[in-house]
Amino acid sequence: MKLNRKWLHEEFVDLSHISDKEYVEKLTVFGQKVETWERMDAEIKNVIVGKVLSIVRHENSDHMWVCQIDVGQEEPVQIVTGAQNVNQGDLVPVAMHNSWLPGGVHITKGKLRGVVSNGMLCGLEELGLSQNDFPYAITDGIFILQEDCKIGDDINTVIGNDDTIVDFEITNNRPDCYSIIGLARESAAAFGMEMKHHEPVVKGSDAGSIFEKLDVEVPAENLCNRYSSRMVANVKIAPSPKWLRQRLRANGVRPINNIVDITNYVMLEYGQPMHAFDYRYVSSGKIVVREAQAGETLTTLDGNIRNLKPGMLVIADETKPIGLAGIMGGENSEIMDDTTTVVFESANFNGTSIRQTALALGMRTESSGKFEKNLDPMMTVPAVQRACELVELLGCGDVLDGIIDIINYVPEAKTLPLECDKINRLLGTEISKEDMIKYLNLLEIEVEGDTIKVPSFRPDLNLMADVAEEVGRSYGYNVIPTTAFKTSTQGGYSPYMIAENQAGQLCRSLGYNEIITYSFVSPAIFDQIRLPGDSPLRNTLKIQNPLGEDTSIMRTIALPSMLDILSRNFAYHNKAVKLYELAKIYLPVADQVLPQEPKMLVLGTYGAGETFFTLKGELEAVLQGLNMPKPSYEADTNNPSYHPGRCAKVSVSGVELGYMGQVHPLVAENYGIDTEVYCVEIDFTKLFTLRLPDRTYVPLPKYQAVSRDLSFVCDEAVTVAQAEAIITAAAGKLLRGVKLFDIYRGTGIPEGKKSMAFSMELRADDRTLTDADSEGVVNKVLQALQAGLNAVLR
Amino acid sequence: MKQQLENIRQQALASLDAATTPAELEELRVKWLGKKGELTAVLKMMGKLSPEERPIMGQMANSVRAEIEEKLDVAKSAIGAKVLQAKLAAEAIDVTIPGEEVTLGHQHPMNMVLQQVKDIFVGLGYTVVDGPEVELASYNFTRLNIEEGHPSRDRSDTFYFTDDDSIMLRTQTSPMQIRFMEEHKPPLCMLAPGRVFRKDEADATHSPMFHQIEGLVVDEHITMGDLKGALVAIMKQIYGEDSVMRFRPHHFPFTEPSCEMDMQCHKCHGTGEVDGQVCSTCHGEGWIELLGAGMVHPEVLRNCGIDPEKYSGFAFGMGLERMAMGRMRINDLRLIFDNDVRFLNQF
Repeated sequence: MKLNRKWLHEEFVDLSHISDKEYVEKLTVFGQKVETWERMDAEIKNVIVGKVLSIVRHENSDHMWVCQIDVGQEEPVQIVTGAQNVNQGDLVPVAMHNSWLPGGVHITKGKLRGVVSNGMLCGLEELGLSQNDFPYAITDGIFILQEDCKIGDDINTVIGNDDTIVDFEITNNRPDCYSIIGLARESAAAFGMEMKHHEPVVKGSDAGSIFEKLDVEVPAENLCNRYSSRMVANVKIAPSPKWLRQRLRANGVRPINNIVDITNYVMLEYGQPMHAFDYRYVSSGKIVVREAQAGETLTTLDGNIRNLKPGMLVIADETKPIGLAGIMGGENSEIMDDTTTVVFESANFNGTSIRQTALALGMRTESSGKFEKNLDPMMTVPAVQRACELVELLGCGDVLDGIIDIINYVPEAKTLPLECDKINRLLGTEISKEDMIKYLNLLEIEVEGDTIKVPSFRPDLNLMADVAEEVGRSYGYNVIPTTAFKTSTQGGYSPYMIAENQAGQLCRSLGYNEIITYSFVSPAIFDQIRLPGDSPLRNTLKIQNPLGEDTSIMRTIALPSMLDILSRNFAYHNKAVKLYELAKIYLPVADQVLPQEPKMLVLGTYGAGETFFTLKGELEAVLQGLNMPKPSYEADTNNPSYHPGRCAKVSVSGVELGYMGQVHPLVAENYGIDTEVYCVEIDFTKLFTLRLPDRTYVPLPKYQAVSRDLSFVCDEAVTVAQAEAIITAAAGKLLRGVKLFDIYRGTGIPEGKKSMAFSMELRADDRTLTDADSEGVVNKVLQALQAGLNAVLR
Repeated sequence: MKQQLENIRQQALASLDAATTPAELEELRVKWLGKKGELTAVLKMMGKLSPEERPIMGQMANSVRAEIEEKLDVAKSAIGAKVLQAKLAAEAIDVTIPGEEVTLGHQHPMNMVLQQVKDIFVGLGYTVVDGPEVELASYNFTRLNIEEGHPSRDRSDTFYFTDDDSIMLRTQTSPMQIRFMEEHKPPLCMLAPGRVFRKDEADATHSPMFHQIEGLVVDEHITMGDLKGALVAIMKQIYGEDSVMRFRPHHFPFTEPSCEMDMQCHKCHGTGEVDGQVCSTCHGEGWIELLGAGMVHPEVLRNCGIDPEKYSGFAFGMGLERMAMGRMRINDLRLIFDNDVRFLNQF
């Protein structure tokens, strides 16, 4: 909401002695935050009023003129102009040498076809103005001033730029502040001053009564709280006076004509949007406030045809809509130059309805923006009175007797107890009752004894805490003493959060960078990772109103998010990439309203040296760091997202946790990654439940261990896990560790076979092992290998 | 014989002085003191001496031996030191040659800031909690005093999963206030960081998904002064002891009184200008908005079965992205979710 300070000072409370900076800071800490503010004269510099002393044709041009201009200096200045509307004796805006115009235009002296020009004569547009601001000026020529000004005056003063525009961020709970009066009230209170009020007075005329001409019906009771209306006859449409135009312009409203300007002026001043209909086009003199019927259309003032639906509120006459209630009038009842009789509408519509209609039609206007905050229904009559008063002040018509005022809802007068102790207890202050009453009175909230009479423009005041805020901000939030409370709470992280943190640290220590990806993904991901059509993971939560298809479903699998980021990095030519994420997935659960949201630990990598086994080693390190039991791996040839020969299902304590392996080349291709990609996806939430108990001390061995290596030849199909299992079972309790150290194929090994070499660590707790002990173990193991795997010692 | 011993002494000591390597020393030791050495040879002739001379010569021979041995030790350690020195000199390396590379991963800058913030709060007795991101509208809105028809409930602002707008992606972490108060009774101190979602197209300052940190304190006699004291202390820990804070009234449906907390711009010190130009950090405002806060609305307490006549509390919420971007001078929000390793490696 914009406010020009001059209007405030001239009409409501004179704060002209306060600097802009001080004003802005004070209002901000008082609760009306200033978004931006600017001097209106900031852009125009060194442009002054000059008088044309003489004007002669340019010797080398058939359209340019050479003027001698009196700018109040000793010598007149010579300026060349191409405009054709300049005459001797005219007062004109002169941009002097080294002057500035809006848009950062810098004017300096120069030569035009050989003749020196010491600046420029300005037209409306060059000064950031339009004909709406100065209707007497022409658009394609110099702005010939008809203002009360003298030679040498700063043009900023002449055109009303000697003002500051302050733009406030108004909070939702303060619809009253969407008005100059509301902001004046806040401004006065912030500086501890009283504001002036003006009660509109309408003299009236002998042009008749509204009741003879107009009939208003409001069938849409729920959507229209109040409809107030007055009429004006013998209207003379003309431009508004300068003071009115200037106030509109300062607040970003384009002046149009006196009647329209009056409605806009009242909207700014009172915050009550108004509309003016041309009575000629109100068929049968009847206004009906109703919901639109299916199929109805209305051409709004901006020339667009609007398709209306039931639920949208319209202002109609006997036969057709003539306005979109609270949003924009219809072209068919627009005020024209020959309008003679006007109906003023000052109504109070349901805010939500107006907002939804404006949204549905994509046409948020100044008016709808105000209505959607739920305005004070007590404002309609003062506003329409003010409009009529201005009609009389401007002499642009005769106000008819009477007000039509249809009331469906006005709030009941509300009172609240003034609970000083409770307020002080909530704020942590010791403010006296007298001061509290003083603060409330400055905000124009009356207090009688211990009873607060809540004014109708403050629907936000409903309980003690609301009053406490008014008292608190008046006292000053920054004055309230800061205190330290004592808590008896014991803070901390849950064990799960600590585990998450540990997992992150482990991944980072292994060189993995953390990523953060969106929770919503494209439904196309399932095909991209080659998930079968009937996969249960395709059962997702779907956002009904997504930003786009790409972010329309909640992910049920985290792998695609990882692949997406790997793909992006590949496209950025990042050569070696290691990434991890603890990513929530969202799994719909039958018979439950909300989905499960477990977290997946995802690792992804590509680059030189990355293999299945480097990744597997890293995964093992992470799991070990998290105090997990030793995981087991099972080849999975059926996971469509992974290389069929390089994918393992990872389990811990018999519970499947996820997958790891090389991403299927076709999937990598779908993500535009032209190299081997390795990923791990582990259900971290499940993993967390499987951790080992905290470790306890195991006595260190007293006797030396011995190491025995054995290599044997077996079928190609035999896995390391199979061999390990047999070795472990056969070796018995002396075995303390078994480790693969070589796999060999080639010379000396028959086709279809391979040689595997394991190292066994043997140890007893009560003695040093003898050669015979270890030979015994080795023999048992070899026999078992032979029996189980048909393996022979090499 | 005396003369012989004296000769041995002189020659031995001189030869030891001249020795330069451990091998030479060993050679000399054998030559002078060995079983077939010169001193031994002289001693062998002791038998030919008279009984009177024998002890005298014996004593002299022992003192010569002791002197040579002592000299031998000195020479040995001197030569040893020299040899070591030469060896070390030969082993010298160019210490400016780079070390074997070990790549450490990096925490995402936003989680880095989040971790710092969480640690600070935990130290002050706050319990960190997590909650559902797919949330009921009743938690996200209704029970936080955000009535039906409120603009933030619009489908242009909020993502919904159901026709009746009852299930949605949470737009704020504030529903965690309700969830926590349902399960815990005062006194309570909660911190709930997490993802939130709003229907904004991604650009330099917007993202449809971002993060908030919600805080809640409820106990008997909690005042607005306590709110100020707690938040000032915490924000100073995060932004530095010398940072200047201010509070401004604001409006949130679920707190009353409500406020926003600003920090004076560290670059322009509140003037809004740097070298005559509009300050690029605060865009000329002189202040940087840190968070929204307020005293928990009595209705919200009542919604969770907590008696507002007995208990009061404060709540606050801050945007994590804005905090991380401010502290790490990240100028485009899209960088946060782009996850380019060249970006991640910077932190």
